[in-house]
Amino acid sequence: MTAVEALDVTKRFGATVALAGAGIRVDEGRTHALVGRNGAGKSTLVSILTGLARPDEGSVLFDGEPAPPLADRDAWRRRVACVYQRSTIIPALSVAENLFLNRQSDSGPIRWRQLRQRSREVLERYGVDVPADRLAGDLTVEQRQLVEIARALSGGARFIILDEPTAQLDGPAIQRLFTRMRALREQGVTMLFISHHLEEVYEVCDDVTVFRDARHVVTRPVAELPQGELVAAMTGEAVSLGGRSDRPAPAEDVVLQAEGLTLPGHYEDVDLRVRRGEVLGLAGSGSSGKVSLAETLAGLRRAAAGTVAIDGVRPRPGDVPAALEAGLGFLPQDRGKEGFVPLLALSENVTLPVAHRLGSYGTVSSSRQREYANKMIKELDIHASGPGQPVGELSGGNAQKAVMARALSNSPKALVVVDPTAGVDVRAKEALLGAIEDAARGGSGALVVSDDLDDLRVCDRVLVMFHGRVVRDLPRGWTDQELVALMEGMA
Amino acid sequence: MTEQSERMRFAPVSLKLGRFRDLTLVPVIVVLLAAGATVSPTFLTGENLVNVLQQQSALALVVLAETLILVTGKFDLSLESTVGLAPALAVMLVIPTSAGGFGIGLPSFLAIPLCLLIGALTGALNGFLILRFQLSAFVVTLAMLIVVRGLQLGFTGGKSLFQLPESFTYLGSANWLGIPASIWITGVLFAAGIVALGYFRVGRALYAIGGNDDAARAAGVRVNRVVWGVFIIGSTLAALAGLLTTGWLGSISANQGNGWIFMVFAAAVIGGVSLDGGKGTVFGALTGVLVIGLVENILTLKGVPGEWKQLVYGVIILVALMISRLAGGKAQD
Repeated sequence: MTAVEALDVTKRFGATVALAGAGIRVDEGRTHALVGRNGAGKSTLVSILTGLARPDEGSVLFDGEPAPPLADRDAWRRRVACVYQRSTIIPALSVAENLFLNRQSDSGPIRWRQLRQRSREVLERYGVDVPADRLAGDLTVEQRQLVEIARALSGGARFIILDEPTAQLDGPAIQRLFTRMRALREQGVTMLFISHHLEEVYEVCDDVTVFRDARHVVTRPVAELPQGELVAAMTGEAVSLGGRSDRPAPAEDVVLQAEGLTLPGHYEDVDLRVRRGEVLGLAGSGSSGKVSLAETLAGLRRAAAGTVAIDGVRPRPGDVPAALEAGLGFLPQDRGKEGFVPLLALSENVTLPVAHRLGSYGTVSSSRQREYANKMIKELDIHASGPGQPVGELSGGNAQKAVMARALSNSPKALVVVDPTAGVDVRAKEALLGAIEDAARGGSGALVVSDDLDDLRVCDRVLVMFHGRVVRDLPRGWTDQELVALMEGMA
Repeated sequence: MTEQSERMRFAPVSLKLGRFRDLTLVPVIVVLLAAGATVSPTFLTGENLVNVLQQQSALALVVLAETLILVTGKFDLSLESTVGLAPALAVMLVIPTSAGGFGIGLPSFLAIPLCLLIGALTGALNGFLILRFQLSAFVVTLAMLIVVRGLQLGFTGGKSLFQLPESFTYLGSANWLGIPASIWITGVLFAAGIVALGYFRVGRALYAIGGNDDAARAAGVRVNRVVWGVFIIGSTLAALAGLLTTGWLGSISANQGNGWIFMVFAAAVIGGVSLDGGKGTVFGALTGVLVIGLVENILTLKGVPGEWKQLVYGVIILVALMISRLAGGKAQD
């Protein structure tokens, strides 16, 4: 039985063809993955399947019947629900109101008490442990997402689209989401799951469809499509992710050292040393304190006790310029918030930390900015119209490359990167991890703070943090199960 | 992201207080009432308090209008000019040339409907420019503030209009059950606003749009239609405020409403309405108006010279902001 079908859908935005005669067929009761690189047409298909955009050509069928007219939002809501990539939770409103947004009452005044009661029932039915009268803005990212899923299902739809639901979650939360998805599948709910993480596709999905360059490439049961073939279908050629062993052994001298670092509530008594030419991984779940630790190394936070040394120099704690001066390159966790200035040109963004060195007497030389930007565009394969393009216009993967270029701009002795490949496609991931390895080859020491196993595979060794403490120092050769178990505190 | 959620678990206390942000100005009002009573024996008389309400009623309507617009995540600076133009133009359409009108000779009972219609049209034009041309509400309404004021100055030649139809001044000057009609009207409209924004889907849609318009759209809210409606209602309320002011003063000066918008924003913001949209209530805005009205009254009773009032207003607004910031527990937006 086919739950949803899109037939020969074409959608153009101006001169850009977002979908060129592409289609998808999702069987009822199955979890179907949709994968493809950035710009493959996944988001456009999602807006067409949810009735937010009208296809220029082609049609959408639900249970074999044509889709309702675009204006009939209620009819759409009964057929399909979507948890969008960007949160559609409104922070200033209560959980209850978010659940019943725009259907708080049938007609007439809203009965708040009754609405809260109905919300509690919905939350209970889908096992979401959140108070209905709490402001949605006070929830964690995971809780918000669960509220979105509950809202999606409470509309009565049996088909739900999850657009990169794991991008914002940490390891254990992802596992909890998967448990929930499996339970929904047991109840007969059909799901379309979009993710950049291929191992997730193999973990929870039954079928997979690959889009490339606005076209449908292949649809196959997951079990019949090995990972290599899947990646090849996505990129049009085979790529390999994973540790390259052609780097020389790290030198003896330590370029980044932390001793007895403590920040109560975040991390306790952490020691770490990164040697020149070494790539050290720092793994852990969201509550492990790894990000706070990285931010302390970069001078964004000040530890309560302990010292940080960068290439033998101890920068003033909590002082970002001092850390930069000492030779630190930093790629922050949230690229949208701390990574770049969206309206400024690529060339300005990538040279922000070193602009003062590019000119004399406080002036900034724009030709040297462009020169550096051009070099990085080439090295990191940044898809931009040129160094003058604002970073805000770039796609996620390319914006992240720009942030990486910025972190590398002062030829750092120690490079600290947090979630370097969050939300980017396979190609961009390869380029970003390659850049980290190149930096190590060039004599930097790198600290990769992440819980993404692909990121950690390039590391020479991995420190695992749990609840603020380093619990293990894993040399190369660990297994996925071993590392995940350590991150979740199960070892 | 996840680190943030970690931090959140440590700080749940201030969040609870945020729910009572509506009431944060109530203690301030109590303090002002007490302070007023010590300043002057006439302060706490019914007559004086009714007087305060009467003086604030027109401004309050504009605050109500601005609150609806701010909650929707938009801006309207032109409201203060509409307060002047709408009654002036409406009156000029019905009075003879000798009195400063156009001499078209429309029947005088049309003056009030015309006044509200002119308000609605101004709002519709604002909405059209902002939604269809995708322009910034701030800049559009800043330009409209100048355009609308310019129209009034041009039509009236900068002169005041004194000979007004009796029906036109009635609402602003009449008493119903011993209380000025404008207080009744303003009170009823605020009550309607509180109910609409608190208990009706269309009112809650304003919060949804102001909080995240994509989310509102995905939930089936007709965002553009609602925003347009809010601009039209807002400007119509401003026209009504102009009507009440006209009746109260008995004439329309060329700068009626001029400079109000600062007080309007101050009242809304100290009343807890966010300039970023999606936050604040009509009741909160009302408490903001009351604070400003009481301060003004106390300063008058205390005999503070007019030249110094401006400064005192500014300082009081800053203090009220700091108090509501501390009581609300969250950073001011």
